[in-house]
Amino acid sequence: MIDVRNLTKRFGDHTAVNDISLRVGPGETLVLLGTSGCGKTTTLKMMNRLIEPGGGSISVDGVDVAQQDGPGLRRRIGYVIQDGGLFPHYTIAEAIATVPKLIGWTPTQIQERTRELIDKLQLPESLLNRYPAELSGGQRQRVGLARALAARPPVVLMDEPFGALDPFTRRHVRRELFGLNELRETTVVLVTHDVSEALELADRIALMDKGRIVQIGPPDELLNHPATDFVRDFLDDQPRRNQLE
Amino acid sequence: MIDFFTFVRDNASKLLEQTLTHIGLTFVSLLLALLIGLPLGILIARKKQLASGVLGIAGVLQTIPSVALLGFLIPLLGIGIGPALVALFLYALLPIIRNTFVGITEVSPSIIEAARGVGMTDVQILTKVQLPLALPVIFAGVRTATVINVGVATLAAYVAAGGLGEFIFSGIALSNVNMMLAGAIPAALLAVGFDLGLARLQRLSGRNVRIGTVALVILVPFLSAFYLLPYGQDKLVTGFAHEFFGRADGYPGLQKTYGLTVNPRLIDQNLMYEAIHRHQVDIISGYSTDGRIKAFDLRVLDDNRHAFPPYGAAPVVRQATLDRYPDLGPTLNQLAGKLTDSVMTDLNYRADYLHQSPETIARDFLRKVGLYKVPASVDRTGTVVMGSKVFTEQYILAEIYRQLIEGYTQLRVVARTGLGGTQICFDALRTGAIDFYPEYTGTGLLVILQHPAGTLNTLSMQPDSVYAYVNQQFEKRYQLVWLNPLGFNNSYSLMMRRDQAQALRIESIEGLVRYLKNDQ
Repeated sequence: MIDVRNLTKRFGDHTAVNDISLRVGPGETLVLLGTSGCGKTTTLKMMNRLIEPGGGSISVDGVDVAQQDGPGLRRRIGYVIQDGGLFPHYTIAEAIATVPKLIGWTPTQIQERTRELIDKLQLPESLLNRYPAELSGGQRQRVGLARALAARPPVVLMDEPFGALDPFTRRHVRRELFGLNELRETTVVLVTHDVSEALELADRIALMDKGRIVQIGPPDELLNHPATDFVRDFLDDQPRRNQLE
Repeated sequence: MIDFFTFVRDNASKLLEQTLTHIGLTFVSLLLALLIGLPLGILIARKKQLASGVLGIAGVLQTIPSVALLGFLIPLLGIGIGPALVALFLYALLPIIRNTFVGITEVSPSIIEAARGVGMTDVQILTKVQLPLALPVIFAGVRTATVINVGVATLAAYVAAGGLGEFIFSGIALSNVNMMLAGAIPAALLAVGFDLGLARLQRLSGRNVRIGTVALVILVPFLSAFYLLPYGQDKLVTGFAHEFFGRADGYPGLQKTYGLTVNPRLIDQNLMYEAIHRHQVDIISGYSTDGRIKAFDLRVLDDNRHAFPPYGAAPVVRQATLDRYPDLGPTLNQLAGKLTDSVMTDLNYRADYLHQSPETIARDFLRKVGLYKVPASVDRTGTVVMGSKVFTEQYILAEIYRQLIEGYTQLRVVARTGLGGTQICFDALRTGAIDFYPEYTGTGLLVILQHPAGTLNTLSMQPDSVYAYVNQQFEKRYQLVWLNPLGFNNSYSLMMRRDQAQALRIESIEGLVRYLKNDQ
């Protein structure tokens, strides 16, 4: 579904992403895990060309992203960021309708899809005419996801989507969301620094450090057969810290 | 207070016209500022390296005092709506550019990234996200600009662009508090009203972007259109000084005597001549010996029915001084009748336009009329103190007197020129601080003697009878003597460009009234 080859990105002297290659299969959830500054977010943003790749290639659904115009590409890829990234002046209904409207769905189609989504995401219908500021953090995150899924994109990119939530809500929301069939069928690339989140959600984890992938594989493989001390330390150290939270 | 309401009632139509013009001026300039300022604000929000330059220039424009700004613009754009609109536009520009810029740049980067992330193009990000979120801030800018403009628009009355400033400045010129308030109160109410109205819109735009935008898009052009409302238009455009418009012996006198009714544009009296010269108006109210009559080739219309009181010039001297120096009176009286209107106009013209010194002008004049004498080098025993008001004509007269006295007598002359207005000169004379100064009969009658309106009607406005009357009254009340009149009459007068007056065969105010009444 996503095929990344020899991807590189430099910002001045600093190499943010250094010769990365990876593939994500259809319906798979890949988690890019690592410390801040390891290049995981840059890698994610190059997939929908929010950041232009410096070298190498990325293809989504068999088409090279460099061949497509940025806005058009991004309308076919869902995008979720911390705290939902909702526009303060859009009602919840308008927020969910954002992408369908951009690609020219009819009002009826949009209305049906909106009902379907709020139903699945367990959002009360009364929220539709509210503004993001009137919602709880968990609700905002769900609306953010609904907006990303509205046009049924084959791929959804998530950048620290649960970062703004308190640990309890975070666990609750992510369990609920990733339980959705809708999301299970979608190819997801998720960026996080939270090891337990990665272990819980990922089909495969790509652990990154200093712009390179240190190890990529299913969670078990990374836990049981860490490729380097760095991998062992990273996975070993973090869960305990998370439990303390 | 009752007087105030009476004034407002009597002038209701004029007041309404001024108010609508005022609103129109405010919003035409606001509209222009929005058309230029919004795109400029958007541009500098995208190209931040331009921001400090653009905001800096707009900021400097904002700090120029409004009267000075008009001063810069009049040479470029003349008078009328041009300089008024440009000045208002420049003042409105900064708040709009700055608030557009701030409003857009303050939208949080994560929201912009989310907008890019869902696939909006740059234009869509601007129109669907940045501008709507910036709208309340932009509205605040529009509000500031509107309130500034309502205030500055009062200055439009200086340059014949109309508005509530007409009553304010006329009121100040005439010390007529009711007239002043009739302009000032509506102007203040407009400022407060628009501020409150726009504050409501601003709150609305915070909640519902569409309503806010639509309201702005409809309202501003609608209010601008007030400026385009057709007001009474005469065949010839009249420009009157504020004071002339309101003074009993000015326009109201003309109305009474000749039945002249025009729809005058009010304008600062120093800009009036420039305006007629540039064909922006066709008739002005001027002073009959102004040097600019010659400079701009203007024709003074005859006032056969004497609507304007005569302002014949003559030296006013203390009786005590005449007694002490018996040769002073005859010396000064040599000038009697020597300075006709055209001679005085020419002398003023030399000073104002050829920039000759009063000393040269006076000597040339005295030589021409054969009165010049080189001062004898004698011991000057006595001293006379001579006063003058602060304008060209009086400086020239003072210089003529000085040379004359020094040539014909053994008196020494001390000049106290620049004594401000009539009241200061007159008080100085009465208390003996000066011995004489040149005064005008009309001023003596209306300002010093302060005649009740009744006497004015019974007194014939012939120059001779006014002269005789003031002379007699001054002598009786103040022991002051009016020596023989110099000959010229510096009174109010209507004037036109000579070529136009000739083409239309208008020579007198009667002729003008006839022309305006014909086939209108």
